[in-house]
Amino acid sequence: MNTELIGIIATFLLTLVIAIPLGKYLAKVFAGEKVWTDFLKPLETGIYKLSGINIKEQMDWKQQLKALLTINVLWLVYGFFVLIFQDKLPFNPDGNPGMTPDLAFNTIISFVANCNLQHYSGESGVSYLTQQFVLMFLQFVSAATGIAAAVVLFKAFRDKTTTQLGNFWEFFVRAITRLLLPLSIVIALILTFNGTPASYDGKDKFISLQGDTVNVSRGPAAQLIAIKHLGTNGGGYFGANSAHPFENPSYFTNMVEVIAQVIIPMAMIIAFGYFIRRRKLGWTIFGVMTVGLFMLMIPTLSSELGGNPALAKMGISQATGAMEGKEVRFGPAATAYWSTVTTVISTGSVNGMHDSTMPLTGLWQLLAMMINAVYGGCGVGLLNYFIYLIIAVFISGLMVGRTPEFLGHKVEAREIKIAAIITLLSPFLILAGTAIASYVFTNYGDASWAVQPKNWLNNPGFHGFSEMLYEVTSSNANNGSGFEGLGDNNIFWNVLTGVIIFLGRFLPIIGPVAIAGLLGAKKFIPESAGTLKTDTKTFALMTFAVILVLNALSYFPALALGPLAEYFTMLK
Amino acid sequence: MKKYIIQSIRLTLVLIVLLCIIYPISIALAGKLSKGNGGGEKIAKNGKIVGYELLGQSFTKPEYFWGRPSAVAYNAAGSAGSNKGPSNPDYLKEVQSRIDTLLKYNPGLKKSDIPADMVTASGSGLDPNISEQGAAIQIARVAKTRKISEQKVKDLVAMNTLKPLMGLFGPSSVNVLKLNLALDKL
Repeated sequence: MNTELIGIIATFLLTLVIAIPLGKYLAKVFAGEKVWTDFLKPLETGIYKLSGINIKEQMDWKQQLKALLTINVLWLVYGFFVLIFQDKLPFNPDGNPGMTPDLAFNTIISFVANCNLQHYSGESGVSYLTQQFVLMFLQFVSAATGIAAAVVLFKAFRDKTTTQLGNFWEFFVRAITRLLLPLSIVIALILTFNGTPASYDGKDKFISLQGDTVNVSRGPAAQLIAIKHLGTNGGGYFGANSAHPFENPSYFTNMVEVIAQVIIPMAMIIAFGYFIRRRKLGWTIFGVMTVGLFMLMIPTLSSELGGNPALAKMGISQATGAMEGKEVRFGPAATAYWSTVTTVISTGSVNGMHDSTMPLTGLWQLLAMMINAVYGGCGVGLLNYFIYLIIAVFISGLMVGRTPEFLGHKVEAREIKIAAIITLLSPFLILAGTAIASYVFTNYGDASWAVQPKNWLNNPGFHGFSEMLYEVTSSNANNGSGFEGLGDNNIFWNVLTGVIIFLGRFLPIIGPVAIAGLLGAKKFIPESAGTLKTDTKTFALMTFAVILVLNALSYFPALALGPLAEYFTMLK
Repeated sequence: MKKYIIQSIRLTLVLIVLLCIIYPISIALAGKLSKGNGGGEKIAKNGKIVGYELLGQSFTKPEYFWGRPSAVAYNAAGSAGSNKGPSNPDYLKEVQSRIDTLLKYNPGLKKSDIPADMVTASGSGLDPNISEQGAAIQIARVAKTRKISEQKVKDLVAMNTLKPLMGLFGPSSVNVLKLNLALDKL
């Protein structure tokens, strides 16, 4: 077997080796049990004291959400103004300009929402102050927000009947002090000592071997790249994201970064099982997700390693696979692996350009983001999956003619209504968003925006449609990767995707937390022979079918117009 | 509600100190101990900086090994891929013309020996590497232009080839800048 395939197999196994113990550790951390990182308690106590927080105060689900939304709105306001005035603020060695209001609107929502869709380029669009005090800051806290929201759901199912779901601030702070910050330090150090810049030096200039004058953008990148992966954020320091040799200097750092982005989403699933003392349920969910990962990854690998058929016709050698938009030090296998990982979870960082991948690869990337619950983003992956679970419980209940129950709580009309709204939200935002964009593109090509609609697309035909579909899908999934050929820095795309990201982030947090809170408060019904068991293989298959059917029905027509049509045209 | 607002503001301020000042500055200080002092590792020729080890540069002269096509012309002030789709007709024309250029400058080269990386743009536009095969097809040209033996050039390529990680994981690659520097030193 060749070294590229061995490389990705090793990467996956290493991911499991790290994620599984991490999951058990997280369950203990959030349950307040003894762990070896308890030496950090004084730091946490200090933070609570300075912030005027009393962690003994118990919150119900509504209070949890109020706290969550309040602090998120605060970050939106704070970040928006820094982005607009970054040219007047200190710490801008390259003299980059302030953002336009529409770009700032898009960027700040995107980073608060853990999406990290970027309509600017890091080298020329933001100052060092923005990179660290807004973007990197939000990468920490948005990930912690997602994790804390998931822990609220954990809490609702740990005890038989409860409205006391713990203290949001405590979960939030602990996610940072016990998880995100320590791991970021480790990863940032690994990156720094492998070549990623970490200092505050400004642009450099040199004369190349052939005599060209070259400018080099630099800056404190390692610190941000660490948390961008751990927190499933994905927003790069440089424009080319983790394809940039400074962001990702070698095959080794590539393994580190691609492992870093999956361990927390995986660990959260395992932590769920341990936390609510139903390990089997945790492992069942983990199993369904892992099967989903392979079903997306294997065809992706096959389409990338096969190379571009159009280039094959020209008679050149594509021994390792398609190379457009890829880096030699990673090769097609590791780039295809990364592209699946970054779309199933909501990182959206890239180590190769998705716009240049094969049509079917694009299809799997899109589908991964549409499902958005194969491990999923930091914390929110589990919340998304929970909605699918509730729908599966409901449908199974109808099939066997019983009142549906989940973990000893009756699932009734109110919960199902919330789950249904959240389920319908994604197709609505994705399809309506793409439709509006297509309409503007075809009917208002000459609109006088920063990029005229007729110049939006970097590629003609079906691939151009895919560029728009991808942008909207990525926004709704809070993924943040893109078919970057799209001319997206103009008022239309900034506003459209800004609104979609916002709705696609907060409603799918509010919904599951509300359902969990409502269920947790209901009377506990002990298990009997008639109980629908949710940790069996049959139910796993049922959930899998629900995910597949819901997504296939919602998105097949759109996918047929984009990647599938391009694939079949290329076969000709 | 008012309580949450005040708590949010205070918590945000505390976390900014921890996450945006203490954390990144500690890493930057630790980075001073790394090879490039945390500013990227530079390469010098006769005491003058001629580039960064990790950043590819543009090579067009026949006596140098060429790197991959770049969407940003190797200007490291920015970075980007071409973002061309696989079926884009303009893109396919571009690839064809790159193939023709290679064939023109490397007499005797067979089309089927050209590896994909030599005619496709990298993701960053700054890829410092080419594949072993990408170097192999240029050996004859470089040797002839420099009037040295092909074996000598071949040895240099071998010396500048980075094998897979621990011999097991990932592809092998050739750093173009280092290879060309080694050639100039001959």
